[in-house]
Amino acid sequence: MAASAETPLINPSCANTGAQTPENSSRPAADRPLLQIKDLWVVFEDHPVLRKIHFEVPRGQTLAIIGESGCGKTVLLKTLIGLIRPSRGKVYFDGLDLGRLSEKELTQQRRRFGFVFQQAALFDSMTVYQNVAFPLRQHTDKTEEEIRDMVVARLAEVGLSPKILDKYPAELSGGMRKRVGLARALVLEPEVILYDEPTTGLDPIMSDVINALILQTRQRHPVTSIVVTHDMRTAQKTADRVMMLYPLSRLHPNETQILYDGPPDQIEQSPDLRVREFVRGEAEHRLQEIRSGQSEE
Amino acid sequence: MASSANSSVIRRARPPSWAEWLGQYLANGIAELGARVVRAVTELGSFSMFCLRTCRWLVFRLPKWETMMPNFYQIGVMSLPVIALTGTFIGMVMAVQSYTQFRMLNLETRLGAVINMALVRELGPVLAATMLAGRVGSAMAAQLGTMRITEQMDALAVMGTNPIHYLVVPRFWACLVLIPMLTLMADFMGILGGAFYSIYLLGIDFHHYVENSRDFVGLFDLFAGVLKSCFFGAAIALIACHRGFHCQAGAEGVGRAATTAFVASFVTILLLDLILGIILEAINVALWPQAPKLL
Repeated sequence: MAASAETPLINPSCANTGAQTPENSSRPAADRPLLQIKDLWVVFEDHPVLRKIHFEVPRGQTLAIIGESGCGKTVLLKTLIGLIRPSRGKVYFDGLDLGRLSEKELTQQRRRFGFVFQQAALFDSMTVYQNVAFPLRQHTDKTEEEIRDMVVARLAEVGLSPKILDKYPAELSGGMRKRVGLARALVLEPEVILYDEPTTGLDPIMSDVINALILQTRQRHPVTSIVVTHDMRTAQKTADRVMMLYPLSRLHPNETQILYDGPPDQIEQSPDLRVREFVRGEAEHRLQEIRSGQSEE
Repeated sequence: MASSANSSVIRRARPPSWAEWLGQYLANGIAELGARVVRAVTELGSFSMFCLRTCRWLVFRLPKWETMMPNFYQIGVMSLPVIALTGTFIGMVMAVQSYTQFRMLNLETRLGAVINMALVRELGPVLAATMLAGRVGSAMAAQLGTMRITEQMDALAVMGTNPIHYLVVPRFWACLVLIPMLTLMADFMGILGGAFYSIYLLGIDFHHYVENSRDFVGLFDLFAGVLKSCFFGAAIALIACHRGFHCQAGAEGVGRAATTAFVASFVTILLLDLILGIILEAINVALWPQAPKLL
């Protein structure tokens, strides 16, 4: 009995996949980081985007991944959910090696994620109601009435009224689309929510609304969140931890791509000048590079 | 000394000899050919993998009825008018083009057999498939391509819905199941059009027109046409969906996906028509060696 009490807790959905590592299976599920990224490389043809990335995300944490455009933030986010297969390295989700899952198993595991896309990625042939109801119709046996109640509740949570239920995405503003996207991501009550540039293209007020919604989501639901952004306000306001990536094209071959990994309130004291410049929005060195023709962009 | 050194440095490069030029030209040509072959093999491999993944999802489980129905409606119901109309005209055009030749041989009463045989075995299936490739195949490639570049396909995947299962399988079934019916419609309207023009406008005797048609056009001909159309339907769906799934970014990428979907589908239809035509004719001759011949 004592032995059974000490048996590591393994997610039943991954018990038979054979995708677990011995290291992971020896740790109780509650203590185990929800996401582990080990020696991750992503190379598109001959163009490396991510190199030797290594980090862990504990349950319940909100991690902001910052960095300038083209540094590989979105690629990293899509690799975490298996939309992009790593060229090398492993991504473990709840102890499962996503690279070793079959297409069907990966599809099942993705139901535990919510993803808020940069441009919302709402299905343009469906109404707002059909968009938010989509995951419920696909993966649950709920009646149409139950689905309607849940859709209305989720939309209310992101501050949208039921009046927009029959509108198509093309009829909505950018901020409304983002909020519908968030409602759709939340509707299956995921364990992890991934936000891809949630405030890009929005006015300052709507950006702050989205930041508040990210915080509110975290307070109301026990979720782990990863926010990819280049908006320092979003990172400072929503995250427990900030990680800064740097474009490989301007990095020394021996340097690590993660220039900063720590609490958001200490990022301005980082010893790395590139981090401080990014946080303060100072472009002097960058401009010098561009003027001298050293920039590879 | 300095000037002689300078003159040797800035000496103009020797123009390549014709042998060097020819060697360079051939090398470039071989390199280009190699690149093309690599691209073609890569494309073929990508398409084969796509077909395999689709087949796996075909046998795994059917999508929900409400996902299937809009595709059946779009592909079947919405294609009916255009296929019926073109079928009618093709039947009439066949009568116009064949009448003079057959009249010279005093065989104009056999016009029904020729028109109906050509329609049932070749023109009906190929016409229906071509219309489907143009109307539905291009639209499918453009729609899926737009979904690809606006991350709607990624959105499906992250919500735990396989894009092949949700987007390709319903389109595949709709094309496969409905193209035989569209072919039958094209056959029927073509036969009506041909008969109308031959009997009412050219004055060919109704009795002989019908009797000759009945003598020469058999059930096997109808079956051959319908069977061929199933292959055409499957090819159109797979090619169009594959083009959409591998669409390049931007409006130009979507346009190219739609165009290449139609061109590739059309070429494949003709290729399949030839191969299946040879096989089915061999079966026909083996089964009915004494069957009546047109001429």
